[in-house]
Amino acid sequence: MISFENVSKRYGGFTAVDDVSFVARSGRVTGFLGPNGAGKSTSMRIMAGLTLPDRGVATIGGHRYADIPNPGRHVGILLDASAQHAGRTGREVLTITAMTMGLPESHVDEMLETVGLTPAEAKRRVKNYSLGMRQRLGIANALIGKPSVLILDEPANGLDPAGIHWMRGLLRDFAAEGGTVLLSSHLLHEVEMIADDMVLIGRGKIVAQGAKHELLRTAGTFARAEDPALLAKVLADAGISAAPSGDGGLRTEAEPVAIGRAAAAAGVVLVELRPAEGAGLEEMFLQLTASDARETVTHEGAAA
Amino acid sequence: MTAISTSNASPALGGAAPDVLDVSGTRPIPLTRLIRVEMRKMRDTRAGTWLLAIIGVVAVAVMVGVSVFGDKDDRTFFNLLGVASVPLSFMLPVLGILLICSEWGQRTALVTFTLTPHRGRVLAAKVVAALLFALGAIAVAAIPAAVLALVGGAGDPWADVSVGILGRVLLAFVLGVAWGLAFGAALLNSALAIVAYFLVPTLISIVGGIWSSLSDKIIWFDLNQSSSTLYGTDAMTGSDWAHIGTGVLLWIVLPGAIGTWRVLRSEVK
Repeated sequence: MISFENVSKRYGGFTAVDDVSFVARSGRVTGFLGPNGAGKSTSMRIMAGLTLPDRGVATIGGHRYADIPNPGRHVGILLDASAQHAGRTGREVLTITAMTMGLPESHVDEMLETVGLTPAEAKRRVKNYSLGMRQRLGIANALIGKPSVLILDEPANGLDPAGIHWMRGLLRDFAAEGGTVLLSSHLLHEVEMIADDMVLIGRGKIVAQGAKHELLRTAGTFARAEDPALLAKVLADAGISAAPSGDGGLRTEAEPVAIGRAAAAAGVVLVELRPAEGAGLEEMFLQLTASDARETVTHEGAAA
Repeated sequence: MTAISTSNASPALGGAAPDVLDVSGTRPIPLTRLIRVEMRKMRDTRAGTWLLAIIGVVAVAVMVGVSVFGDKDDRTFFNLLGVASVPLSFMLPVLGILLICSEWGQRTALVTFTLTPHRGRVLAAKVVAALLFALGAIAVAAIPAAVLALVGGAGDPWADVSVGILGRVLLAFVLGVAWGLAFGAALLNSALAIVAYFLVPTLISIVGGIWSSLSDKIIWFDLNQSSSTLYGTDAMTGSDWAHIGTGVLLWIVLPGAIGTWRVLRSEVK
C-alpha cells in the first residue's frame, strides 16, 4: 500500500505538489492521471525518496522508502525508461540491478523472458533500443527483485497497442496476487484500460479519486440529434440541463430514458443515445484539468 | 473479524494483502557489494573498457619503448615505473571523473539512488572503487616494470627502490584519482570536469609565467607541480609536504566538499 498524507513540494515560487493525499491499495492497479507538469513525476520521486517533500509524509507499506532495507526487493520502481546508460546492453543493465540487490544472474534471464526481450535484443546496447524496448527493460528492472509494490511513471509511453495489452495483463496479474501498482499517465485512455482505481491530479492538486467504475458512473448520458440546437431547446423546455459535448452532442446527468421521452414527445430525431461512459470520463478529465492544460477546452460542463 | 487494520478500504475479494510491508527479513545492502557494483559499472561500457585498456596498454608501451630505445642503465625498475606513471597520472583522474559523472550524464543516478537510497554509501563505494582501480593500475605498471628491469641488464635494476619511495608513488596516484573524483563530484558533468582538470594546471603555469613575482609562490597552488616531487628519489622536505598540503586543500578537499554536498543534496533528474 502506498500512502500520501498532505504532501507538498515547492520549487522556488512554483508549487509542484500541493497538499496531496491519496492511497494506492494493495490488490489494485491505481492509475495516476494528469496532464504533463501536473505533479505526477514529482510525487513519484517523493515516493522513491529521491525528492524530499517540504511537508507531509509518503510511505510505502508503512515505511518511508529510505528506511526499507534493500528497497528493490520490496518496491519496484520505473521513473524514466530513458534513464539508462546508452552504452550498456539491456542484459548488463539488469545484471547490475540484480547484483546490487544480491540476486543470482538467473533472475536476469527470467525477467528478460517475462518482458519479452529476446536474447539477441538483450545483447544490444540500450542506445539502439526503441522507447518501447526501453520501457520493457525498465519494467524488467522494476520487477527483478520480486517486489510487492510497483511504481511506474508513464510505463505505457512508447508501447504499441499490443505492448499496452501485454502490460495490462502483467499488472493485472501482479495486483491479483496482492501486489500494489501505481502507474502514471497523461493519457486517460491508457489508465482507463489498465487501472482499477484512479487518482486525478492537476496543477499539483488532487482533483478526483476513486474506483474507476464509480468515476465512470458520474458521467451521465450522451445524446446526439439530427438537429442539435432543437434537442438542446427541447431538453431545456423539459427542465433537463445539458451541456454541449463532442461533435454536436449533448451530455446530461439525466437517464437515457428521460432524454428519449423528451425527444420522442417533441419529434426530435436522435442519432445517438447512450451512457456517456468513456467520453464522460474524458470530459471530466478535460474539465478537471482544463485550467491546467495548455489547450483550452471550449465547452463548459456540468458540475463534477 | 478482529484483524487490526488501519485501512478503511472496502473489503476486497478474497482478502487484500497486508497493508504493512514486512521488511524484517531483508538485510541491508553491504558496502562491499556496492563497491563490486561500482567496479563493474566502470568496466561494462565501451568508454570505460577503452579507458582501462588504454591506461594499461599505454603504461606498458612506454616502458617497452624506454627499454628498447633507452640507455641500458635507465632500465631500472624505478625508472620504468616512473615512465609509466606519466600516462597513468594523466589518465587515472579521468577514470575518477567518469565513475561519478557518467551517472549524471547518462541519468543512471535515478536507478542507482532508488536501489540504494543512501547516497553517502554510493559515493563511498565509488571512492573505494576508484582507489582500487588506482592500486590495480600500479600493479599493471609494476609487474611489467619488474620483468623489463630484470631482462634490461641495468647495473642495479632495483636501484632507489624502497617502501618509502613506492609509498610516495602510490600516494601520487591516489591524489590523482581523488582529484578526479573531487572535480567530477563538484561539476557532475564529465566533459566539464575533464576540461577543468586539464585546464587548471595550464592556467596556473600561465599565470606563473606572466606574473613573475608570483612564480615562487605558485607552487603553493600548483598541485601538479608540487606532487611531481613524489615521483622523485630526493627526500621529501617539510616544505614539499606543505606545498602538496595546500594544493590538496584547494584542488581536492574544497571541490570534494562541494561535490559531496551536491551529490547528497542535488535533485536527480
